[in-house]
Amino acid sequence: MKFTWFNLMPWPYLPDDFRQKYRSVWVDIDSKLFNPEKSHELYNMYIDLLEHAGTLGFDGIGVNEHHQNAYGLMPSPNIIAAGLARRTRDVGLVVLGASIALYNPPLRVAEEFAMLDCISGGRLVAGFPVGTSMDTNFCYGQIPALTREKYREANELIMRAWHEREPFAFNGRYTKLRYVNIWPRPIQQPHPPIHIPGGGSIETFDFCLDNTYSYSYLSFSGYVRGKALMQSYWDRVAERNTPDTSPYRAGFAQTVCVADTDEEAERLYSKHVSYFYNRCLHVFPGFADAPGYRTIKTIQKGVLSQYAPPASGGLFPLLSWKEMVEGGYIIAGSPETVRQRMEEMIKGLRVGNVFCLMHIGDMPKEKSMYSTQLFAEKVMPKLRNIFPEYASDNRFWCKPMANRVSPGALPAEVDLRTMANADD
Amino acid sequence: MELKTVKTEHVPVRYYEGGKGQPLVFLHGAGGLDLDQGFLAALAEKFHVYAPLVPGYGDSEECPELRDMLDFTLHTWDVVGALGLKDPILVGFSMGGMIASEMAAVVPNEVSRLALIAPAGLWLDEHPLPDIFSMLPFELPPYLFHDPAAGAKIMSAGMDMSDPKFLQGFLVQTARQLGAAGKIMFPIPDRGLSSRLYRIKAKTILIWGSSDQLIPPIYAQAFRRGIAGSELVLIPDAGHVAPFEKPHDVIRAISRLA
Repeated sequence: MKFTWFNLMPWPYLPDDFRQKYRSVWVDIDSKLFNPEKSHELYNMYIDLLEHAGTLGFDGIGVNEHHQNAYGLMPSPNIIAAGLARRTRDVGLVVLGASIALYNPPLRVAEEFAMLDCISGGRLVAGFPVGTSMDTNFCYGQIPALTREKYREANELIMRAWHEREPFAFNGRYTKLRYVNIWPRPIQQPHPPIHIPGGGSIETFDFCLDNTYSYSYLSFSGYVRGKALMQSYWDRVAERNTPDTSPYRAGFAQTVCVADTDEEAERLYSKHVSYFYNRCLHVFPGFADAPGYRTIKTIQKGVLSQYAPPASGGLFPLLSWKEMVEGGYIIAGSPETVRQRMEEMIKGLRVGNVFCLMHIGDMPKEKSMYSTQLFAEKVMPKLRNIFPEYASDNRFWCKPMANRVSPGALPAEVDLRTMANADD
Repeated sequence: MELKTVKTEHVPVRYYEGGKGQPLVFLHGAGGLDLDQGFLAALAEKFHVYAPLVPGYGDSEECPELRDMLDFTLHTWDVVGALGLKDPILVGFSMGGMIASEMAAVVPNEVSRLALIAPAGLWLDEHPLPDIFSMLPFELPPYLFHDPAAGAKIMSAGMDMSDPKFLQGFLVQTARQLGAAGKIMFPIPDRGLSSRLYRIKAKTILIWGSSDQLIPPIYAQAFRRGIAGSELVLIPDAGHVAPFEKPHDVIRAISRLA
């Protein structure tokens, strides 16, 4: 199993009446709610938490990309990942990911990911999301019906840039480059493993299987609701006679809260979980799915993305702790409760990659550290060997180089006289 | 009106045809032709009307080869050619007005009469247009209708979003239609028309509902300045969907081109 400690970096200062007073946490959220001075402490706290998780035995620490969004303060995940590359030693850096259709030219992603891989000594796990409609269409202005074509072209360009060793010309519809010849190139050859966050479209399933990318479902709705979608993925894997059904072909994001007892979990975390689900996920439904963003096939299949508008009201219903726990939105409780639920989730969805959301909403750092530590010590070790027959499948995880340097290894001072006489 | 199909280079095109008289091509808005059936029937009493659907609208096939404004413009010229028409009266409503303007600007010598009903295609920073692509169905009527309450009733007739089957059909139709419209209208319906308007040689009538809240009449002034010799007819007590709300006033204005 591969466990990644994932942080969305939510803004924790949304007012109590946010749901009543504002129409959306995303796209047109009131910018006056953001306070740059407060964000200084917040960003550093969030990065500290990621680094802390990197010392506790998680396989990866994860970041992602959102725009104009109060629950995701990372328009550029690569900036955070660059900091993490320097301040962590062994843990995988999971950037899930960079929205390749949004970069102009998308070659920028091939370059930045290569830099991250080089700086970290081959610890990058890369992600290529299409991006949500909020991010891609409404914030970044991509034409909905052309987004997927542009995305595919961006993938092709990046892959060719990583694979080919001679300069080449790329005559795409959306990007035209006379000399593609990236410097630097990634340590992991031909390229770092790729994970694709998706919302259930059959085209994306096929895209992952064609390219040996891992498919991940980053839902906030939890594993009970994720079951149908992941099952349709595995059905597709079987339908296509894919040579193996390795669980590492799939990943899932899950909100997880661990405490000493189930009761303590509710007492410690319920407020913060409610802040996230009932305030941070208050998204105006009109932004959920710009017409043309989802393919007709996907709509007809009836797979509604996590953001697809329900018949009425907001995107997410108001939820109580009990509803969230029993409905499987979150996995919370004592280490044993969490272990059982996690095992159910991992086996039920058949996922080898789990992205654990362990800082939730407006949680203070101490609570997140407590939950994380309990998970790392009392839950994670017991979940390690669920798929022993695939233990050697390393296609979907990073392969760091053996001899990595330590950052900050400059000598304390330089002897100027020696240098003056040195030849080289 | 009869629904027919004509072959074009990229895709078979569905179109309504009816009436007798001078040939007239009507290009629909982003909402399609659902609201315009009465208007077309009345128009067909005076003209030989052809109303092609943008690929993806109604029951017509989608066309992935159409991606940008030039594609839409040339495709619509292909439709006019396939219908065997030469210099028809060209009428465009809203998005259709944007396409008609482009057609007249790109091939100015083949359009001598142009009627633009609340056309899209321009953007004034001081008067930003509302974003139809993020609107929920119930939010649209105040932007479309002079009488929003009456409009809401018409738009919601037969709509039952709590019926999953209806909802799916509705989502598919919206994705097909507004997905196609988005190629030239998202996120801002400006593909450079303002720099090409000067090329239009046609006698041009601009027709605008005086209480249009979607593309307010201030935009009529910008079109008027852009197209030499164009005339503006303001229709009182009409919103954006003037052909639906005041069909006879709109037809009277178009008839000035006949």
